[in-house]
Amino acid sequence: MGLTAALRVELGRLELRVDLAVGAGEVVAVLGPNGAGKTTLLRALAGLAPLAEGRVELDGVLLEDATAGVFVPPERRPIGVMFQGDLLFPHLSALENVAFGLRCHGVTRGEAHRRAHEWLDRFGLASRARALPRELSGGQSQRVALARALAVAPQLLLLDEPLSALDLTSRAEVRRDLRRHLESFAGVRLLVTHDPLEAMALAGRIVILEDGKLVQSGTPAEVCARPRSAYAADLAGVNLLRGRARGDRIEIDGGGALVASGAPDGDVFAVIHPRAVALHRSAPEGTPRNVWRGCVEAIDHEGHRARVRVEGPFPIVAEITAAAAAELALDRGGEVWVSVKASEVNAYPA
Amino acid sequence: MRDLSRSSRRERVPLPAALLAAFGAAFFVLPLAGLIWRAPWAGAWDELRSPGVRTALRLSLVCSLSATLLSIVLGLPLAWVQARWEFRGQALLRGLTTLPVVLPPVVGGVALLLAFGRRGIAGQWLDRFFGLRLPFTTAGAVVAETFVAMPFLILTLEAGFRSVDRGLEEAARTLGADRWTVFRRVTLPLVRPSLEAGAVLCWARALGEFGATITFAGNFPGRTETLPLAVYLALESRPEAGIVLSLVLLAVSLAVLIGLRRRWVAAL
Repeated sequence: MGLTAALRVELGRLELRVDLAVGAGEVVAVLGPNGAGKTTLLRALAGLAPLAEGRVELDGVLLEDATAGVFVPPERRPIGVMFQGDLLFPHLSALENVAFGLRCHGVTRGEAHRRAHEWLDRFGLASRARALPRELSGGQSQRVALARALAVAPQLLLLDEPLSALDLTSRAEVRRDLRRHLESFAGVRLLVTHDPLEAMALAGRIVILEDGKLVQSGTPAEVCARPRSAYAADLAGVNLLRGRARGDRIEIDGGGALVASGAPDGDVFAVIHPRAVALHRSAPEGTPRNVWRGCVEAIDHEGHRARVRVEGPFPIVAEITAAAAAELALDRGGEVWVSVKASEVNAYPA
Repeated sequence: MRDLSRSSRRERVPLPAALLAAFGAAFFVLPLAGLIWRAPWAGAWDELRSPGVRTALRLSLVCSLSATLLSIVLGLPLAWVQARWEFRGQALLRGLTTLPVVLPPVVGGVALLLAFGRRGIAGQWLDRFFGLRLPFTTAGAVVAETFVAMPFLILTLEAGFRSVDRGLEEAARTLGADRWTVFRRVTLPLVRPSLEAGAVLCWARALGEFGATITFAGNFPGRTETLPLAVYLALESRPEAGIVLSLVLLAVSLAVLIGLRRRWVAAL
């Protein structure tokens, strides 16, 4: 049945306003820049941050309704939370940590320990059952935290940047376990992350939160093909511009214009892949209908490729080979001509 | 030209500072050394076993332990509220609960008389409805000791509560623990070091209390004559007994200090 949440939360200067529905069996990743309200959203769903307005419903059960004054406290919500820093209880062993939730739900000590042991076994951590959190590695403690959240058989699994506190090797090992267990989990799964890799690897749907507002929602492929915000564009690694189209011509907000083929009239987003941007030493004469003069602002070398950021009527990033960059003798502040074919400008309604 | 290579690599303490520091140290060492040097070691054991001393010792232990217990029962919730909640008048409350640390103990005793004395603000009700009279009773000694010692417990505990990661408590709640379970299974175990350190400090302070006890509870052997009061009394008639009792208290204080030395830094 899933989760439906239409909520407004006020936290300091942030106003979070989100309307979200996640089906049972769905994995949704909430992405966004720092301060966007991702963690606040998670906390609100967990009952740790009160709603100023709105309601949260899970599998047909009302968890919170601000206007009706209904509030189910966190301990009575069928949730499991995996926090950013594992937040394992430092005075309890790994086994006792995993058994904690079970015991809170009335399971006897012996039975809780038995089930906790099973969970640790599934994660390959049975040998570490008696270890205290400070004796575990980062990857191990994060996996214990996941086991702890799953052990209570929640209907909604909330993960707050589960991999961000780990180093690269631990991250890979936990990501594998996470993926495996997320796949076998039957309830609703909501993952907050600012790591696009994590989102792409684990989620079926991406939701982008910026400044407390839901800016875009779709599959990873959809979001990358048609980003609707600068953040989404960064995610996809493309250039994103906004403007008004009329016929084949798009007037870009803030100055400049582009010619695109097949642009719908009205407010549009225009996406140009950096690889479709060509750079020249002097004004090119040829078929591309978008040609302009710019100034090199920055060059980032990534292996054999170079990403060149060019300032002009509007900023654009070009991706060229390192060899080509060297050949053109590009440097910061230098003049350069940019060309983009009209067919490479992908415009869609804003 | 001065041979700079002669100056040692490790800097030495400047002479004026060293002299003053030595005097400062002597200030503490001399009285304690004097106590140990002049103690009548020969007859000390017999002194310790005399009935008067044993009564005072027993009474001191009973009163100080009761005061510690009372401090925990009242001080733990108070420390928790102070650490976790914000309310109007909080600064004033915190000032009041810390006041006995700096207030002259005898003044504390006077205040206790005015509050819990037979005609005191609360005292008259205690007398009328419960037949409970505190001044010049053992219970009164316990109250006096609690008054001066509880702030130490509260200070330590409040710091302890503040240092507990609230995230851990939230994690516990998402796992199904209600607030009492969170307190019992997460918060309390995590403040245990502070509780232990605070309780020991509290007990030591209660054990050594003189001014408030003698003012509020008086100096009645077997009833309110705790060790410090016994020392005071003994100095007039039998100084050797007084010195021996002082040594007992000194030994206890040293034991507390050494035992708490590491915890002190960690828990406070």
